[in-house]
Amino acid sequence: MSAPFRVERRLDCPAWLNWAIPVGAVATALLAGAVLLFFLGVSPLAAYTAMFRGALGDAWGLSETIVKAIPLTLAGLAVGLSFTMVVWNIGAEGQLVMGALAAVAVVRYAFVDSAPVMFFLMFVAAALAGGLWAGFAGFLKARWSVNEIITTLMMNYIAILLTEYFIYGPWRDPSSLGFPMTAPFPAAARLAVLGGTRVHVGLILAIFLALLFRVLYRWTRWGFELRVIGNNANAARYAGMDYMKNVLLAMFVSGAVAGIAGMIEVAGLQGRIQPGFSAGYGYTAIIVAWLARLNPVGTVFVSFLLGALLVGGDTLQVVMRLPLASVQVLQGLILFCVLGGEFFRNYRIVPVGKGE
Amino acid sequence: MRKNWAIAVFMAFLLVGTAAWAIAPVPAKEIKAGFVYVGPVGDGGWTYMHDKGRLDMEKAFPGLTSSIVESVPEGPDAVRVMETFVRNGSKLVFATSFGYMDFVQEVAKKHPDVVFMHCSGYKSAPNVGTYFGRIYQPRYLSGLVAGKMTKSNVIGYVAANPIPEVIRGINAFTLGVRKVNPKAKVKVIWLFSWFDPGKEKEATKALIDSGADVIAMHADSGAAPQAAEEAKVWVVGYNNDMSKYAPTRHLTAPVWDWGKLYKYTADKVVKGTWKSESIWWGLKEKMVGLAPFGKSVPDSVKKIVAAEQAKIVSGKWDVFTGPIRDQAGKVKIEAGKRMSDGDMLSMSWFVQGVEGTIPK
Repeated sequence: MSAPFRVERRLDCPAWLNWAIPVGAVATALLAGAVLLFFLGVSPLAAYTAMFRGALGDAWGLSETIVKAIPLTLAGLAVGLSFTMVVWNIGAEGQLVMGALAAVAVVRYAFVDSAPVMFFLMFVAAALAGGLWAGFAGFLKARWSVNEIITTLMMNYIAILLTEYFIYGPWRDPSSLGFPMTAPFPAAARLAVLGGTRVHVGLILAIFLALLFRVLYRWTRWGFELRVIGNNANAARYAGMDYMKNVLLAMFVSGAVAGIAGMIEVAGLQGRIQPGFSAGYGYTAIIVAWLARLNPVGTVFVSFLLGALLVGGDTLQVVMRLPLASVQVLQGLILFCVLGGEFFRNYRIVPVGKGE
Repeated sequence: MRKNWAIAVFMAFLLVGTAAWAIAPVPAKEIKAGFVYVGPVGDGGWTYMHDKGRLDMEKAFPGLTSSIVESVPEGPDAVRVMETFVRNGSKLVFATSFGYMDFVQEVAKKHPDVVFMHCSGYKSAPNVGTYFGRIYQPRYLSGLVAGKMTKSNVIGYVAANPIPEVIRGINAFTLGVRKVNPKAKVKVIWLFSWFDPGKEKEATKALIDSGADVIAMHADSGAAPQAAEEAKVWVVGYNNDMSKYAPTRHLTAPVWDWGKLYKYTADKVVKGTWKSESIWWGLKEKMVGLAPFGKSVPDSVKKIVAAEQAKIVSGKWDVFTGPIRDQAGKVKIEAGKRMSDGDMLSMSWFVQGVEGTIPK
């Protein structure tokens, strides 16, 4: 007995599939989710409408979706860069936290009452902090082939504990009655926001960096080297490309961008840090980068969609009174189907004819 | 002294807040309430008890509807969640964890017609009230039990975050322990997290390994009692009666009844008499209490607890009445003096008998 179909590797992917696969995947997920919602006693149509309305239905929902998309885009670009050359920076979370910590340090020790100067100082400090944090793991990999998945992941915990040390200890706001949080940023250290929303200038930065990365990958020598190393590190070495230098540089830039994400998040939203201020952006970024297939411009769109899923999820809980767990199942279904859809980009299913 | 100054400002806030604000009456039928939860309802502790209180409130006010959002991080996401409540018609929003404090202020400023109630913080506003309970009182009582039950004179305390609320609890518990057993000491391990069952269990095991034969806890889940049950040591739960996690080893637990406060607030909002206040209710108001004693707690111990409880409820005496010494043996509260609420709310030192440090 053989199966009535077989799986065959695609030689090339037709253009229409690039659109059909994600659309089909989301449709499949929504259908599967509808079954779940039906058994939860909720009208699937009403639930999807609420979700859509909450995240994209009005200016406020849209603005909140963008607020979520900004750090996701930056962190997604960060890890995407290292993934392009098949170096696994899993430590964007720690680098992001270090960037935020550096921004707080700048405000604490080098405050100047000028918004542009502060922006510049925080930007540089955050990029350096994140860059060096990741660069250290890059150095270990380049010099002694230490597995960067393990080092970057473990350095996340160090970064978070280090931040907690400062929040609970020397940098604790003296007027917080003993509660763990740093002192609020003065106005000059906060980012400008758009109208009455929480969308801050980080949006421009995220889009700019995405375009810059696009140019970098596509049209620069370094971008070319990154891609060649990613495809075949040995061939790259043979062609005279400096593997060590590239690993170091890629990890540094990757960490720097993640660090900037942290600085943007703290200066743009709360203006102080307290424990747990990052909602795990560094980890979600890994999903973002893969869903975008490491494409910088795609990263922006995927971040926006993930932001919409998260924002819409709140509305589902508030309006449809669904428990968080079922909202997460819905969100998980969509991610699962979109990632699973990638299979059809590389393979196709062919019915097996009678004669075979 | 910057701290005194901060407390003065805090008190001033309270006064101003209480003075001049009332929200127009709203028929109960039209009221929607929103609850921001820091953990999942199924945590079996902190959030579970808040949700129980919410359901009590719904039952008491037919027509009033409420919705919840679970596991909201104590970061900028909280703003979005609260805005979502308001935008979907909530006139009353409860934020049930300290870390939401700044975000409550941010959202409340934009919506002066919505009542916000923030649990365990210190910032109020004309439309923001704060609420908490004197859980340190039942903690003290549970300390009496622990002090009587320990044989090794080492009691372990699994503690969430080094903030005044938790420090106050450890101190009250230790005062109870040492009242009946001056030789005992209380060892503290910090989790730096409110809800992390894995860490809670590990910390419990570590304390047991270092000689503790009674475990007390300040965390959101039932993981510590489970670990205590497995290791066959006594345990004092928290939040709710945790005997289901430790059927044979559970002594008692300081427990919450948030429904008292939620009903009180809903009533005020319905009648249009709500005013911003800073509520800190205790044993007397029955917002906090002790869970039923385990079978192994002898009657003699129950009697001691009942006597101390009566003293507190009568208002003649409270837990933080001197003489109380700090870890170094220095008298912090002189004999006969009672600690002020302001000092209790910002407590950042351990009493004598606690073994552990507060990150500085």
